[in-house]
Order: sequence, then C-alpha cells, then structure tokens
Amino acid sequence: MGVLAAVVVVSAGVGPVSIAPATVAKILASADPSPLTYDAARTSRVIVLDVRLPRIVLAALVGFALATAGVVMQGFFRNPMADPSIVGVSSGAAVGAVATIVLPIAFPLGLELQGAAFTSAVITAFGVYLIATRDGHTPTATLLLAGVAVQTFLGAIISLLLLHSGQSLRRVVYWLMGHLGGTTWTEVRVIAVVVPPLFVLLLAYARDLNVLLLGEEDARTLGIEVERTKRLLLAASSIVTAAAVAVTGVIGFVGLIVPHAMRLVVGPDHRVLLPASALAGASFLVATDTLARSGPTEIPVGIVTAALGAPFFLYLLRSQEVTQL
Amino acid sequence: MNDDASNTRDDPLVRIDGLRVAFGETTVLDGINATIEPGTFVGLVGPNGAGKTTLLRTLNGTQAPEAGTVDVAGERIPALDSKAASRLVATVPQDTAVAFEFDVRQVVEMGRNPHRSRFSGWSDADEAAVERALDRTDTEQFVDRSVSTLSGGERQRVVLARALAQETPLLLLDEPTASLDINHQVRTLELVRDLVRQGKTAVAAIHDLNLAAHYCDELLLLAGGEIRAQGSPESILTETALQEAFDANAVVSQHPVTGSVYVTALPDETAERAQGQETSRSRPERVHVVGGGGTAARHLYVLDAAGYDVSVGALNEGDTDTEAARSLALDVETVEPFAGVDPESCAAVERRIDAADCVVVADVEIGTGNLPNLRAATAADEVVLVEDRPFEERNYVGPAATEVYESLRERARVVESSDVLSAVTDAVDGSSVTDADNAAGGSLSRRPAQPGPEEPDS
Repeated sequence: MGVLAAVVVVSAGVGPVSIAPATVAKILASADPSPLTYDAARTSRVIVLDVRLPRIVLAALVGFALATAGVVMQGFFRNPMADPSIVGVSSGAAVGAVATIVLPIAFPLGLELQGAAFTSAVITAFGVYLIATRDGHTPTATLLLAGVAVQTFLGAIISLLLLHSGQSLRRVVYWLMGHLGGTTWTEVRVIAVVVPPLFVLLLAYARDLNVLLLGEEDARTLGIEVERTKRLLLAASSIVTAAAVAVTGVIGFVGLIVPHAMRLVVGPDHRVLLPASALAGASFLVATDTLARSGPTEIPVGIVTAALGAPFFLYLLRSQEVTQL
Repeated sequence: MNDDASNTRDDPLVRIDGLRVAFGETTVLDGINATIEPGTFVGLVGPNGAGKTTLLRTLNGTQAPEAGTVDVAGERIPALDSKAASRLVATVPQDTAVAFEFDVRQVVEMGRNPHRSRFSGWSDADEAAVERALDRTDTEQFVDRSVSTLSGGERQRVVLARALAQETPLLLLDEPTASLDINHQVRTLELVRDLVRQGKTAVAAIHDLNLAAHYCDELLLLAGGEIRAQGSPESILTETALQEAFDANAVVSQHPVTGSVYVTALPDETAERAQGQETSRSRPERVHVVGGGGTAARHLYVLDAAGYDVSVGALNEGDTDTEAARSLALDVETVEPFAGVDPESCAAVERRIDAADCVVVADVEIGTGNLPNLRAATAADEVVLVEDRPFEERNYVGPAATEVYESLRERARVVESSDVLSAVTDAVDGSSVTDADNAAGGSLSRRPAQPGPEEPDS
C-alpha cells in the first residue's frame, strides 16, 4: 500500500512540467478545489488532477487487474508460466479492437473500441472454455492447449486485418503494444466499476484456490466443488483481464512476473499472495508507465514492461529455485 | 453430528449396495456389495487394475457410480455436495507430492476446509483439530517447514494429518505404503491401526498382502471388478483364492515370528517343481538346515514352500526356529532349552545330513553348545552357507570354530539370506546332474542366481 502511494505521488510529479512530490501530495490530499489558489498552483493542480492522475489511476487499476488475474491463472493451471491471457483473452480483445480500427464499422456507443475489445475478449474466453469442456469437466491441460490453439488462430486473423489496415496501421500497432496515453476519467470509471468487485470475489475464493493447488482430486476430497470453482475463477479472471486489455491494449508480462515475484516474497498462500500481487502489479505498472512517458518521446508502456520484466524474470529464474514451483 | 454418530453406532458405517462403476465402455466395478462396521481397519487387496482405487474414489465421492448406492454414516455419498462428503470421508491419496511451497501447517489447515464456510474465520475448534492432527502424526516438529523439503515418509504423515484434521468417521488410504521404506510402512500402518482402535474406521488399498494381513482386521479381496471375498485375513488369504485373484503361485502359511498369515509368491519354475515333483521325481530332494535363534525360520519356510523335504537341527526347545519348524511340520531334532548338543542328538543330526542332498547353514551365532551342528555340516555333499554378518561377529567359541567354519566355507556356496532358495536349487541340480536317474531334476535349466521369493515386507 505504502509503496503504491509513494509511486503514485512520484509519478504524478514526473512529466514535461516537473512538480515536487511534496506539492503533489498536498494537491492529492486536498482534493476539493479551493478558490484561493494562485496561478502556478492552479496549473500544477490541473496537470496533476486532470492530466496525469487519470492515467496513473488507470495504470494502477490495470496493473492491479492483470496481476490479480495472473495469480489466479497460475494457481488455476498450477503452472507458473500461465498468465492472464492464457485462455485467449488478450488475443480476443486484440481482434475486437483491431477490427474496430480497421473495418468501417461504426458503433453507436462512445467507447466502441473498448466495448468491442471487451466483448470479443469475453466471447473468446468463453469459447475456449466450451471447446475444452466435455461432460461438465474441463481438464486444465485441455483448456491450456485449446487456449494456445485459439490464440494462434486469432493471431492469424489479426495479421490479416493488419495487412488491410492501410492508414490506420500505426494506430493498430500502437494499440497492440499496450499504451496508457490519452486517458480520461471515463475509462478509469469503466474499469473501476468492473475490477474491484471481481477482486473481492476472487479474494473470497483465495482459500479454495489454495486447496486447488493440491490437485483437483485432493481438492474434491477437501470439500471443494472443483468444476464450479474453476468456472467461477476462470470467468472472473477473464473478465478482469478483458476489462484491462480492452482499455489499454496488450500489456505483457505484468500478469506473469508480478505474481511470480510476489510468490517468492510472501509464499503461495493466496489469502496473502492475491492482495500483495494486486498492489505490486499496480505499483509496477504506474512506475513503468512513468518511465514510458518521461523520455523525450512517449513509448507504449507494453514495451517498457517487457523490456524491464523479461530481464528481471530471468534474474529471478537464475537466483531462486523457481523451477520448484 | 455427534447425535448422528451415536444413532448409527450399531449400523455399519459403510454400506455399498449393487455398485457399478464404468468409464465409458469399460466397466471397472460391477455388483459390489459390502458393509464395513465402525471401528474396523479394512484392507482392500487385489491385483493391479482390480478397481481398488476406483472403489475408494466412489467412497469419497469423487467418482459417481453408474448404478447402486454408497452410504457412509447413513448418508448417500453421491448425493452430497463435496463439502458435506468431505466431512464424512477423508482421503490420503497415493501421490502425496504437493506443488507450490506450502508449509506443513498450511497443508494441515486445509483439512479444516470442509468445516468452514467461505467467510467464517479460524475457530478454536479448527485450531484444536489441527493441533491434535499434528500431534497424532508426530508432525508438529516440522510445522514451519515447506512440504517440498520433506521426505516421502514425512510428507505422507503430513497428508495423513491433513486427513485427520477433517475429523471424519471414515478414513481412506490409497496405497499408503507404496513408496515408503520398510520403517515408514510399518509406522504408517501402526498409526492407522491405533487410530482405528480409538474409534476411526479405515479402508486402505494395500498392495503388500503380508502387511495387510498383519495390520488389518478384515480384508476385502477385489478382482476383476468384483468382490471375491470379505473377512478375516486368515479366511481371505488362501492359496486357491490367491491363485484365482492374482493368477500367482503363492504359498500361505503362518509367519513364524508374528503369527500372522503369511504369503510367499513363488517363481513359476519353483512352483512348477513344487507341483510336479510328486509325479516326476522318485523323491523330493532333502535339505537339512542348521540354524537357531530365528536365523533359519525364513529359510525353512521358503524351502518347504518350494517343495523340498526339509529337516532342521539340532535346535533348543522353545527356540524361534523350532517353533517355525513345528508350525511347518518339519522334521526337527531338538535338545532341552539352553542345553548344548549332546552326542545322541549329534548322531541324529549326522544321519540327517548324510541323507540330505544339500545342507544350509544359516547366519547363526556359534557357541560351544551348537558347535557340533557346524562340525556335522562338514560331512555334507553340498553346503549353502548364509553369511549376512562376518563369522567373527557370531563366533563365541574361538579359533576352533573358525577352523571348522573355514573348512566349510572353502567348498560352500556362500550367499546372502535372500539368495538361499536359488543357491539350494543350484546345489541340488548340480548334484543331480551326475545322477543319471534323476533326469527330471537335471533337465531343469540352471538359472543364474536370482532373488528368492518376494521379501516379506517389500
């Protein structure tokens, strides 16, 4: 929590106009706009609250969401290499988003790109689940393989759409790389409605997730309704991921390395691991996004997370016996 | 819950009626009927693929039956949700490996899951149950260690603690001894037996018939998807039943030391000989065994099982080996308890050694009392010398005994306990090759030394 607050404050100060952390803290602390502020302070205030803060809050929420989904997926699949997009959520979202950008379809709603991405993400996850399910049982290995196959298939569709994207190619590529630019409070509100309630739901299932780690057969003899719990975990984490990806594009690695790193720190108990990872994910994405926008030209945050995350991950692999997981 | 238990005290805890389980086309269990009384330790025995694990999985509710009913404590298991079922039945799975680095306490606490609702906290009852389980299984010493750092035996005790924390009337164990060393096998089964004495009911699939016979109150023999027999170990483990269920040539006798029913599987060749000898041989080959203090009991019983005409002596009355020989109805020459071998007995021993095709000298301790036995053995045609310990360690006489032993050793086949049967077979075959009349024995292919019958506890 403390780390997250510090990161937020520092991040809000970083940018073309640099503002001291103390000032930021003061602005954040007195959220109500007071009339007696003078010009410079008013400028800082606008910069912090209207320009930078929405983006920071979005980054925090998305990081929170991706890390949460990552923890659940790794526990669910009992595989440390699982990440939130393992059942095709990210690919699904990408197809929806790219299609909206490339194809001449007009949605009547305001957030058509995000809406399309979210919808296609959830449909994809559900489709993968249906493909992998037989007689009410969903073996996780089948689910994993079905997810990989569907991702490959959707990858082909995305490539095809890219070929026909013409002038919008740049926008498509930018989206695919994962970005947090141009965020407004509207997007923040959308994701804030979806993510926290589902997080609470997942937290309520932390104990079940622990028991599931013993194996499905054991879990069943310890009072877990395995198939029902799996369905719920899969649905909740897919929706969480879909909400995040729909708004920001594909930001890789957060959902993979943050849970991993936190498991090394706090252990495998999901009652601790889940909140710890969620907060760490939020801090991590705020920090990397700050880095992404603090250079001379802003780069998509997905590039930064991958560029920082992969070496860090390799470092963990070498320094700890992560293979034991 | 307690009321239920007292109401059902006189009823069987488990009642299985007309159970049928199938995986697709394959029927694994069919027409299973069984009842299990509270407070019994039931061993589920049978060949691989007999459906032992499936029956356990049906009992704990993870496998839904195709037909029939499974009741535990008056509740219909397939109809219960997973939580209710796991308040009645706890299971120790065969594979106790735990992925992810949970510590021991966390794993045992998971046993309380069936008793907790989603939002209820950790209660005193939960804590007490976990403490009891840790104490009972002697695992509290490593509560804070990660499960993945424990040995197989320790990990199994942790998983057993987890099952005990569930506080169920019925405990299931799937091959609890399969991957454990002999010490942990015995420890695990003794623990289960103690738990049963304190009121639990346990059903365990056990591969090792001798362990099952020794520890279980009742055995349930499963073969070909049906129950062949249920009852006391003595009534279940018969040679005919084992032949039918396992398609194995086995000999059933009473264990000379523990008194339990004891099963030895014989290699086919030996079994063929054992069965064929009456017709194809003029007489079974004679083997005389020198032993004492329990060193010979095992050999007596393996050799007898293999069809040899076994004599033994001289032994003191009351010696473990004497008891073993008596229980096998062997020809045994004895002297008074604690007395040495007198000239009369010595002559009797010499006569037997003279008549024997082979003499086996067990890994016995030699004192002045039984030195005559050793001396008599030097007159034998073929000697098999069992040497698990060097002779110096069991020589209580001195150089005189060493001299006798060395002269014996020079021309003997020196083997370890486990290789006695094959050494005797070789020795007897060797002598009968020269005997042209004994063609049946001579035509047997000479095998390289191979392990004898299955070890009692392997």
